[in-house]
This record gives sequence, C-alpha cells and structure tokens, in this order.
Amino acid sequence: MYDLQCENLTKRFGAFTAVDGVSLEIPGGSFFSILGPSGCGKTTLMRMIAGFEDPSSGDIKIKGRSVLGSPPNKRNVKMVFQHLALFPMMNVGENIAYGLRCRGASKADITRKVGAVLERIGLPDVAQKQIHQLSGGQKQRIAIARCMVLEPDVLLLDEPLGALDLKLRERMKIELKLLQHQFDTTFLYITHDQSEALVMSDHVAVMNAGKFEQIGTPQELYHNPRTAFVAGFVGDSNRWHGKVNRISNGEAEIVTSGGDTIVANCGASALSPGDSAEIFVRPDCIAFGGVRRETQNTLTGTVDSLLFNGANSRALVRIDSRELIEVAINGVDRSSPIKPGDPAHLNWAFADTQCFPAKER
Amino acid sequence: MLQKDAQRLSLLLLLTPFLLWILLLVVLPQLGIVGISLREKVGPRQFTFGLANYLAFVQEPIYWNTLLRTAVMSILVTFLALLVGFPVAYYIAKIAPYRSQTALFLLCLVPLWVSDLVRAFGWIVLLRETGLISGALQAIGIIKGPIELLYNDATVVVGLVYTVVLFMIVPLVSTLNGMDNSLLEAGHNLGGSRITVFRRIVVPYAMPGIVAGCIIVFMMTAGSYLTPILLGGKNSMWFTEQIYDQFITRYNWESGATFGVLLLAFTSFVVWLGLRLTGQKLATTVAKD
Repeated sequence: MYDLQCENLTKRFGAFTAVDGVSLEIPGGSFFSILGPSGCGKTTLMRMIAGFEDPSSGDIKIKGRSVLGSPPNKRNVKMVFQHLALFPMMNVGENIAYGLRCRGASKADITRKVGAVLERIGLPDVAQKQIHQLSGGQKQRIAIARCMVLEPDVLLLDEPLGALDLKLRERMKIELKLLQHQFDTTFLYITHDQSEALVMSDHVAVMNAGKFEQIGTPQELYHNPRTAFVAGFVGDSNRWHGKVNRISNGEAEIVTSGGDTIVANCGASALSPGDSAEIFVRPDCIAFGGVRRETQNTLTGTVDSLLFNGANSRALVRIDSRELIEVAINGVDRSSPIKPGDPAHLNWAFADTQCFPAKER
Repeated sequence: MLQKDAQRLSLLLLLTPFLLWILLLVVLPQLGIVGISLREKVGPRQFTFGLANYLAFVQEPIYWNTLLRTAVMSILVTFLALLVGFPVAYYIAKIAPYRSQTALFLLCLVPLWVSDLVRAFGWIVLLRETGLISGALQAIGIIKGPIELLYNDATVVVGLVYTVVLFMIVPLVSTLNGMDNSLLEAGHNLGGSRITVFRRIVVPYAMPGIVAGCIIVFMMTAGSYLTPILLGGKNSMWFTEQIYDQFITRYNWESGATFGVLLLAFTSFVVWLGLRLTGQKLATTVAKD
C-alpha cells in the first residue's frame, strides 16, 4: 500500500511544461526527497499534491484514493512552507490548535493534543509564546508540529531549511530525520541541496526540467547514477569531455580533450565508438599512489593546492594535460605528506568511472 | 562631543518646520478655541470665565442630538466604507495580477484629482429632481413624475462613503500587500475553509489597516462639511453646520468654539471607545513588528 502515488502527472502553464509526466510511488512511513535545481518543477509538483494547483493531466492518489477532485482543505496532506508561514497573529499554542479547530475538535481534545505534540518535539513550555519570540530552529519544529498534530497521511516539506544558517541547518537535518522516525509518517521533502536529500532520505528522486531523471536510494544515486545530470548533480565529481575510442565488456576507452586515455564503466549508457562522452569521477574514489593495476586509470601531475575542510579536505592536482582534478585527502591526518608542488600519481578503478553520452552542443 | 552637538542641531533644524506647523496651526488655534469656549459674554466686549457655553449645549437637545446624529451617521459611513473598501483593497493587493496593481491603485486615486466641491456637484447633477437619474427613470417609464433624490439621509451617506472610501482602501491595500500568500495557503492546507481563513487569518492580519482606515474615515466624515450640506441641504443636521452657523451666521464665537471643542472631544472619545471595544491599540496600527 502506497501513501502517495502520482501517475503520469503533467502541469502546463501556457506553452511551458513545468512538470512533465512524473510518476512516483511512496511507501508508507518513508522519507522521500525530490532533488532538483531551482526551476525544475519540484515546487509545482508539491503544490499539485497539496491541491494548490490542478494538474493538466495525470492522477494523484493518497492512500490509494484519487484526490484530484478535493480542495486543499479536504486533503489529508499537510505542508511545511518554505518560510514556514506560521500565523503571526496567533501564539504558538493557537497556531498548532488552528487545524484541530478547523476540524471542530473539542476544547479538551485540543489542549491534550497540542500539549502532546509540543512534548514530542521537545518544546513543552512554548505554547503561550508569540511566534517572533522563537528561534529559527524552534519555528521550524513548531511548523512541523502544526502539521503533525493533524496526523496527516503525507507531510510535504518545501525546502524548509533554506532560511536557516548553516550550523542550524546541519542540526535540523538530523532532527528532521529523527522526527520522521518518531512520527512514523511519510515525509515528502523538496530540496535543491543534495546533501539534505542524501542525508535524510530513504529514497530520492532527482528531477530536472520537469522530469524525473532517476529514483533510488541515496547510495544508488551516488554510486550508480544513470544519467549525466544525476552524476553531475548528486555529490561532487571531476568531469571530462572526450571521444569514445573503443568499447568492450561494458567498458569504454575514451580519449579526453586533453589527450589522456581513460577507461570508464559505461554500463547501460548507449555509447558507440566515435561518440562524444562525458566522464565523471568522484574525488573520493581517486587515490594517490604509484602502483598501477590492470583495472585502474592512472594520471600523473603535480599538487597545485590543498583545500582544507576537515574530513572533507581536497587536493587540487594539475595533471600533465593542464587540467585540474579534485582528489579527496585525509585532512585529519596531520602527518599527511602531501604538499603543494609535490609530484602526484593518481589512480582509480575503472568501475568508479562513469560515462554518459555528451549532450549535443 | 562636537559631532554630537552637530547631530542635535541637525535634528532640531529638521524638526523645526514640523514643530512650527503643529504649534502654530494646530496647537495654538486649538488652545485659542478652548479659551474662547470658556468665556461668557456679560456685556459688549465684556467677558468672564465660565462654563455657561457648555451648559447651554447640554440644555439644548437640538445641539447634542445633532452631535449624536453626526456620530451615528459617521459610524454608519465608516462601516459602509469598510464593507465597500475591503473587497476592493483585497482585490488590488491579493488577486489582481502584479502588473495591474499599480494601475488599479491609481484608478482609485483618480477621483481625488477633482475637488470635493466639484464631486458633490456631480452628485447633484445626477440626483436632483431634473437630474440624469430622475430623467432616465422617467424616460424608460418606471416613474411618472420627476423624483427628488437629494436632501435625504441615504444620499448623504452614499455621498460621504464615496468621498472617504479611498482613505479606507489605501491603508488596507498596504497592510494586505504585506501578507505572504503562503499564510493563506497554510490556512487552507491545515483544513480551513475560505470563511475560516478569511475570519481567522486575513481579518486579524489586516486589523491594523482596518483600524487605521476606520479612524481616518470616521474623523473625516464627522468633520466634513461640504458633502452633507450640498447633498443633505437643511435636513442634513450635520454638527459642523451648527459650528458654521454659530461662527458665521450668529457671530457667536463663544458658542461656536464650544461646539468645536465638543466635536473634537466627542469624536476622540468614539475612536477611543472603538479601539477599546475591538481590543486594538493605536500604537499597533502605526508600527508593525
């Protein structure tokens, strides 16, 4: 049984197609993210699910029942807005009670439920506070509590962390994930921030230009991207352009524009010799070292500079064909022998090298 | 130190025109009016201090009836202006496409380019016995003889609402403009019907604008002179007319001044009462947090 299903959902604004034949199925109790750059149609998709926009075609089902005919206030889908949209003229308790009152719940019921949900989000004493007295993180949690008190089938979150500063955003990511576990409700999370999507979600759909490029677990998206867009958008990548020289056993030999030969795992991508291709390699798949094995690509160059960022530190290596490559290094290890100016021998496995047909340009 | 003095001087210089204006054109004349209202005429050019003018007002029912009537009519006008103005303001601020908002707003301002007097005469042209409406109704045969639509309370109220409704729309548009659309969507999303969202979100949000608009409109209406006189004639019984009468016709400045003070005091009292009854504060209508 799926909590939320979209079937071939399409939305056109005049000649512009914002959402183009999107289908998705979200099983109950999971954390599902839609990841895409701004303008890819993800907000339109969410607004259709919430009922603020009518789809041009396709169907939306919540708990198996189509909701196309029902107005937003009759759908059991609640939404946390980008800027939270807490009601400034009500205090925290009234904000949370608003939905219950709309349902006509009894006074005792409202008091009990509001108390319970505030307890659950760890803010038991704020019911009497005004909205502007809360901190950013507290507002966030109140906005979620305001929805969760209504026990929705699906909770929609429209980039709610966007307005927070970096430190708080990192903390809220973990907190959101925990809240989702605690409430055991399906969360549909929309974001353009790939780290938010990867950290929190059970499944992620990568969206581009109104279409889903790939749906999968964060691990699948990271390690086995199916399109060039996904490979480029999810996680960091070194990227080369090149021409396919030879293909055998799912491996393509590609000559880059810089003249290096790289062997890549071309899997399902439809490449044939002579095609131009894009190659993606994650910085954390590349290692320093001199030993060359049969199944590895090797490049040599010099260390250009070090980008220290704790465990995420990188070295920029200028390879012999003058291109810069990012390589993950262990920044925490203070005995790290890598210094700018050092000669570098880079190697990485064929299997960690993705290639896709290059877009016509 | 020097800089601080310079700052203080520039502040003083900037405030001077405003202070002079307030002091010379508002405070002093008011004090003068209060002074005049507190003297009794005992003989030619002979005055004593006393409350006789106020006593006279209380003892003459026609005076305080007129004042009460003016207040009630003004409240009615304020209410109607809110009723008419709110949908217009809501449309301009929330429903109209962004690009036509300014144009619509300007369209509301167009009547202000014509003076009060001319607009009142406009109504007269329409409504008098030989006017356009009367003529048109006769032409299509709905009424037999000519009909006089001027000189009754309804006409005065309509004329006043027309004159002041703009001053209701302007503050409403500016408050409603500040309202994030996602508040409305959140209101619907959490299960509120259109009516609930309007009652529990739109109206409370617009409250500062509503209060500001009502105060302006009420004060303007209670203090208006031209429209009630021209459209209501002798039947209008507007309090400002009494004041004019005392000052100009009867040359009884003491009594006129008393009426002036009473009008100010009474309308201020009504505004205060209105704020108390709706639980609003004057400060919140001016400053938004």
